[in-house]
Amino acid sequence: MDFKKAEELLEICESKGMTISEVMKRREIDQFETTEDEIIYKMQQAWKIMKESAQTPTKNAVKSMGGLIGGEAKKLNEHRIKGKNIVGGVVSKAITYAMAVLEVNASMGLIVASPTAGSSGVVPGVLLALQEEYKISDDRVIDGLFNAGAIGYLAMQNATVAGAVGGCQAEVGVASAMAASAAVELMGGTPRQCTYAASTVLMNMLGLICDPVLGLVEYPCQNRNAAGAANALTAAEMSLAGITQMIPLDEMIDCMYNVGRRLSVDFRETAKGGCAVTPSACALCKGCK
Amino acid sequence: MASISVFDVLGPNMIGPSSSHTAGASSIAYLAQKMAGGSIKKVVFTLYGSFAKTYHGHGTDKALLGGILGFKTDDKRIRDSFRIAEDRKVDFKFLTNEVETDVHPNTVDIHIETEDARVLDVRGESIGGGKCRIVRIDNVPVDFSGEYSAAIIVQKDMPGVIKHIAGALSDRNINIAFMRLFREGKHERAYTIVETDSSLPEELKDAIMQNKYVEDVMLVQI
Repeated sequence: MDFKKAEELLEICESKGMTISEVMKRREIDQFETTEDEIIYKMQQAWKIMKESAQTPTKNAVKSMGGLIGGEAKKLNEHRIKGKNIVGGVVSKAITYAMAVLEVNASMGLIVASPTAGSSGVVPGVLLALQEEYKISDDRVIDGLFNAGAIGYLAMQNATVAGAVGGCQAEVGVASAMAASAAVELMGGTPRQCTYAASTVLMNMLGLICDPVLGLVEYPCQNRNAAGAANALTAAEMSLAGITQMIPLDEMIDCMYNVGRRLSVDFRETAKGGCAVTPSACALCKGCK
Repeated sequence: MASISVFDVLGPNMIGPSSSHTAGASSIAYLAQKMAGGSIKKVVFTLYGSFAKTYHGHGTDKALLGGILGFKTDDKRIRDSFRIAEDRKVDFKFLTNEVETDVHPNTVDIHIETEDARVLDVRGESIGGGKCRIVRIDNVPVDFSGEYSAAIIVQKDMPGVIKHIAGALSDRNINIAFMRLFREGKHERAYTIVETDSSLPEELKDAIMQNKYVEDVMLVQI
């Protein structure tokens, strides 16, 4: 079993009555001559790392290597525990965890690139928030990760997930599309609704540039992981409510790639544009070359 | 090329902060130490492009040194690699080269000297998502990924060497995934790189060494 496009994936799902996660598992077993036990085990290991990286900084703040971030997840967590959060439990937790993972990442902690290190907070953030708020089992979350993996695979196969090639829309944008699709499957949506949610995210984050201050994976990366998580939940909610999208996922992936390649290199991880060249960012720098 | 796995999307499991500047860097150095084989006494890293500009803030230096110490991308000891290298009495140095710019933006040259007086120079490129390529060994341009187990054979460019190598693999029922020959010139030094679907037994090295034109064999196990 294999697919190269979202439409092919949906055809398999609809003709065989399978979910996206089931098809992705079957593809992995067929393509890499492995077993279901093996891939489930590997995904459980990934989920364990994701959870730890999402939770640890909510209790203990860690300073990043570059010194630009640290402690944000703890602040958000305390804000929510005090009942002062204005966005509800799921969104509040999702953005807390998304920022937490980036804190771990920026301090040389252990994370799972999903799909990249710079965008590694979104998928665990959204899934852990849903798990806690809706009492979802680890086994079901593992399914969610295979679903997310299918969307990320489509982006890697047909476009890019590298900020240096496609900007932040290719990193946090794709991560958020993955999370949105996984959220829809976990909350009972159909495969097609999963792709509507993914398509919505790519549309809403289209054109987002990669402009890391000092060239480091810290700021605004961490903020954008939080925004990506909220974007993913927005799109999932819309899709689960029955809102359809006129632009299918395959077209949005092509569209994102097309926009990405047309971004000036200044806006693709070179730290020569956007936030990276604001006066405040430049003031931190020891000198431009 | 190889098909994309779900674990290429949700992975690698890695020490942050950057798949290209940290995970890819440690993978290059990990491959280099595997190629060197013996215990490493001295290592000099020369960083180019984006590596040269941002290596400190990305922990590229810790990751490279960690790879040399044999740590994989998800090994938490990478954070303490400077101290561990000192404990193990590995002499290490980082240089930057911002003059040469016609290289891949994330390139590193690794110069290794082992306890048994072997000297090895490897150039690696971190090509994104934690993936890397080895593009030069000593002064010869090569190309392999480290995603497969590999045998690197240093030989004189003479007839029959490839047949001998292929025979040694065939005798052990090892399937070849990719095989390439790179040479300095006709009848000069050459490098054969064989990437295989299964792991390579240590005794394969001796078997390949039987040919009089073979100077050295390095096995890189995945």
